[in-house]
Amino acid sequence: MPSKPLKNPCNLCQSVRAILKRPKTGQQLCKECFFHVFETEIHNTIVDNKLFKRGDRVAIGASGGKDSTVLAYVLKLLNDRYDYGLDLMLLSIDEGITGYRDDSLETVKRNRDQYQIPLLIVSYKELYGWSMDDIVKEIGRKNNCTFCGVFRRQALDRGAIMLNVDHIVTGHNADDIAETVLMNILRGDLPRLQRCTSIITNDTSEDSSGIETSKVLRSKPFKYTYEKEIVMYAYFKKLDYFSTECIYSPNAYRGHARVFLKDLEQVRRTSIVDIIHSGEALSASVVANTTTKLPTLTTCTRCGYISSNALCKACLLLEGLNRGLPQLGVGHSAKIRRQHEERQRDSGTSTPLPTSSSPVVGGEESTVLAATVTLPSSTSSVDTGNAQTKDGLDYEAKVVVTHMKDLETRIGQLQMPSLHST
Amino acid sequence: MATLNINLQFSGGMELLFDNQKSINVQIPSTFSDKAVEKHATNMRDLIAWTAENLVQERPELFLGNDGSVRSGILVLVNDADWELEGELEYEVQDGDEIVFISTLHGG
Ligand SMILES: [Zn+2]
Ligand SMILES: [Zn+2]
Repeated sequence: MPSKPLKNPCNLCQSVRAILKRPKTGQQLCKECFFHVFETEIHNTIVDNKLFKRGDRVAIGASGGKDSTVLAYVLKLLNDRYDYGLDLMLLSIDEGITGYRDDSLETVKRNRDQYQIPLLIVSYKELYGWSMDDIVKEIGRKNNCTFCGVFRRQALDRGAIMLNVDHIVTGHNADDIAETVLMNILRGDLPRLQRCTSIITNDTSEDSSGIETSKVLRSKPFKYTYEKEIVMYAYFKKLDYFSTECIYSPNAYRGHARVFLKDLEQVRRTSIVDIIHSGEALSASVVANTTTKLPTLTTCTRCGYISSNALCKACLLLEGLNRGLPQLGVGHSAKIRRQHEERQRDSGTSTPLPTSSSPVVGGEESTVLAATVTLPSSTSSVDTGNAQTKDGLDYEAKVVVTHMKDLETRIGQLQMPSLHST
Repeated sequence: MATLNINLQFSGGMELLFDNQKSINVQIPSTFSDKAVEKHATNMRDLIAWTAENLVQERPELFLGNDGSVRSGILVLVNDADWELEGELEYEVQDGDEIVFISTLHGG
């Protein structure tokens, strides 16, 4: 009896039923072929862009969400499969958000045990003397994302220094990058546009008001990986991740950009890569056509962190918090910073902050921090209480409202054929 | 009236719209009819409308999108396969089907 023809055969092996239609190509794949293609593409991204070299110590920025969970799983797998010779670590930031980060950190701890990768958690409270809960209590919900973004970037860097790593990888995926490109175009923020499209940088700050560079490299191995495939991979591999929205960050602007991109993708399959290419093309032309001088880098007079100003952005924000002037450093930071520095110069004083409120950097002090490095326990607990969350939403809340309307009106510009690289 | 037994699953934050339930067994009518179409076998379009009406506790706009589909960014699997391979809205729901809704909109 001839066997019934296979429904939806896999385009690669032809012998198994397909379970996924790839967003990039429309190709239909069975589970095993999907795993293979997904992992191999990330391997190729790593190799083609020479992201790592043998012996590198690499920290995976881990939020417990889908992207960083899949990243940790896949990097460990590829490190073993292709013998990269990397020393992998998980690095998590505890912003101090009750009911959100404490839950997601539990997920990261399970990942530590499941994947047998050591974990370091650094907290805002320990680094800066303020948790996000404290900050929101002080300043309300309006600009808290600004604080969180600035603090997170520096905290990741400080965590990386404590771990003595060469490199931090983050789970930003193609959809995230396309969203960021879109938002930066709408804001006309070309410096940040350039940074968000680079697969590897040594900037910690994606803020146009001051570039903070670091000895620690940062890269995005998922730059060309679609969110749909990350989620499907996590689903079929039954990976344990966390998924709720940050309680302080409804993130309306990114949310709209995101839904808009998904809608575009329905009518034009290649929208995501098109927009990433647009971002790259625009930044390339910006670099070619401008003679922007890079700010001279110095070190923060308070904490020693690399900064283009006398006070780094985190210290400026802390200064505001500790003086009860939380708007300091929020918004037109360059201007406010200048005013602040002039005032300081005029009065001839620099008010020292309580040491607990100054970020601690390098040297002996950093090892004294109560940050907890924990090693994987050998028993892996598998918990399916999933939830995920988006962190790393690095833009300033203040622009959200003013530019919301632009989303619709400027969208046409993104479709200009000249912006698409082939 | 004939009904279909369907298992609905919600993850990736989708469950937050369903009272935090990750799996719900439902019985839905085996046929639907509306003004435009005569009585027809229940398809995904009907199932999505039925789910929004009967199960979504609040803010159905976080589940429903345009044209009777789910909101963009929600992945749907039919018996563990991407519904894009199964005809999406036109897929005829079968007794015993397992339908999974995964939100990708809840950050990473
Ligand atoms: Zn196959
Ligand atoms: Zn500083």
